[in-house]
Amino acid sequence: MYKYDNYDQAMVDARVAEFRDQITRRIAGDMTEDQFKPLRLMNGLYLQLHAYMLRVAIPYGTLDSRQMRMLAHIARKYDRDYGHFTTRQNIQYNWIKLEDCADILEELATVEMHAIQTSGNCIRNISSDQYAGAAADEVTDPRPWAELLRQWSTFHPEFSYLPRKFKIAVIASSEDRAAMRLHDIGLELIRQDGELGARVFVGGGMGRTPMIAPEINPFVKADDLLSYLEACLRVYNRYGRRDNIYKARIKILIHEIGADAYRRQVAEEFAHVKTLGIDPPLAELERISAFFAPPAYDAANVEPDRNDPDFALWLDQNVKPHKQAGYAIVNISLKPIGGIPGDATSTQIDVMADLAEKYSFDELRVTHAQNIVLPYVAKRDLYSVWQALREAELADANLDLISDIIACPGLDYCSLANARSIPVAQKIATRFADMDRQRDLGELKLKISGCINACGHHHAGHIGILGVDKKGVENYQLTFGGSGAEDVSIGKIIGPGFDEDGVVDAVEKATEVYKALREGDERFVDTYRRVGLEPFKEAIYG
Amino acid sequence: MKLLTGNDLVSGAVTWWTGNGWSLHVEDAADVGEHGEAILHAEEGARRVNAPYIIDALPTGDGPRPAHIKDRIRALGPTVRTDLTLKPADPAAGDWII
Repeated sequence: MYKYDNYDQAMVDARVAEFRDQITRRIAGDMTEDQFKPLRLMNGLYLQLHAYMLRVAIPYGTLDSRQMRMLAHIARKYDRDYGHFTTRQNIQYNWIKLEDCADILEELATVEMHAIQTSGNCIRNISSDQYAGAAADEVTDPRPWAELLRQWSTFHPEFSYLPRKFKIAVIASSEDRAAMRLHDIGLELIRQDGELGARVFVGGGMGRTPMIAPEINPFVKADDLLSYLEACLRVYNRYGRRDNIYKARIKILIHEIGADAYRRQVAEEFAHVKTLGIDPPLAELERISAFFAPPAYDAANVEPDRNDPDFALWLDQNVKPHKQAGYAIVNISLKPIGGIPGDATSTQIDVMADLAEKYSFDELRVTHAQNIVLPYVAKRDLYSVWQALREAELADANLDLISDIIACPGLDYCSLANARSIPVAQKIATRFADMDRQRDLGELKLKISGCINACGHHHAGHIGILGVDKKGVENYQLTFGGSGAEDVSIGKIIGPGFDEDGVVDAVEKATEVYKALREGDERFVDTYRRVGLEPFKEAIYG
Repeated sequence: MKLLTGNDLVSGAVTWWTGNGWSLHVEDAADVGEHGEAILHAEEGARRVNAPYIIDALPTGDGPRPAHIKDRIRALGPTVRTDLTLKPADPAAGDWII
């Protein structure tokens, strides 16, 4: 894992001191809320329905046990003993007091953490593949590149006041586990004739106008990548709309001028930027990459004993192949039946930290699906890990099944939401609580957003649910056919919305149609794509 | 009836204008009638409340009930964590929201 150098630490410490002073002045009345709001947002501090909410950055979702324990400590000392892992691989706390915020950030800084780039119209926390460094199918480890982008983007003076927020994802596998093409910029690291570079996709996103990012460049050499991204951002910064918040994302710019025109302008800008010498020298890349060297794997390859049937089910569902023989990737579900997607208590966070330290070379990942990954677990240790997870109520074997639901905080917490997301997720998970039934349905990605901002990624759900406000009453629209993976697609609304119980019934009817029409091992989304909407619509609306 | 609500500047807690101060409990809220804007500006200026706004509510035997579900959730707490609501001992308290 990357470790701060003196510059990194000094920058974070200085930011904490600056924000402490700003908080003091706000409480003393030397600043109005209008003056203070952009400053607190630059430090990840929102005002939500019930209290202040602090969103803490977890760069590319990677952290160590010391950092994870700090997150538990913050939950225990300053919040209400839990945290909520988010779809941008971050964590947020829902009950923060303004007067505590500087102390929290100071404590976070002691373990190289902060809340920078978790809000505001800047380049947000870089996201990546949660299996980075462990995936058998990656062409290179994307984390050094994500870290390079973090350093490039943090406090970038030219990009601190963009027309709108800007999200970048980096992957290095053909299997997309990071919803890469639904980002403002998606990078897929590839090799072409042995040379490392990136496919560059620009202009994707969810929100009220979902768009799949078009490919702007099929291969940008690694040596040119920062210059090329700088050019991409410059064109956006120059021409992105600032007069209408709903038209300000780069996806709107590219949609309006066309991908070809944007590509040409980026090429012209790149020709200039490349002369500025901002691409890092090889020595700096090697310095960063050294932090992500493979761990000292044990040569032993001991297959786990599958005699315990519950353990075997968990192995089959939540444990994924590793590029290193004798090792596995463990997915910890934060989606217990009837629980709150992405929430974990301080005790559970500590348990995961302990397991990472003992069994996963001291490393964890947060996934955009609001789960946790232990990326380097020896197969011989899997049973011990599972037992500890089960003890902590963290052993649900439901990865990628219908109860592994992405849900935003919704109207229970969020001041932007129009409807509650979490109770719908809980009711659906409870309706499908029978694990045999869930496994029979197979991979079914269900995602719920409580408003059109789509923090719950409903556009990318095989089944998506969007909560809306219908004359003061919660109403839920269903979408089918979305995907955030390599088969990326935007879901389509199937018809009129439902009330809270009605949408659960509709989801159940959809699964019955799927079971009746599926062929072979076809997934729900594949059956939908093959047969179309009509059979589903007929069953749901009659 | 009209209520004035906001968040406490320091703690962030949801607060309700009672007629002569701020309370955490919506049942203490007073009808501000046509005076909401004036109170709002005075209280915000005095840093006794953050991000105040005026809402519609209905009078009931148990006190005012905000007209919109968002404000009812603000008043009681998240419906999915009854242990964190202002009335954790009352299992039926959540029914008031829906």
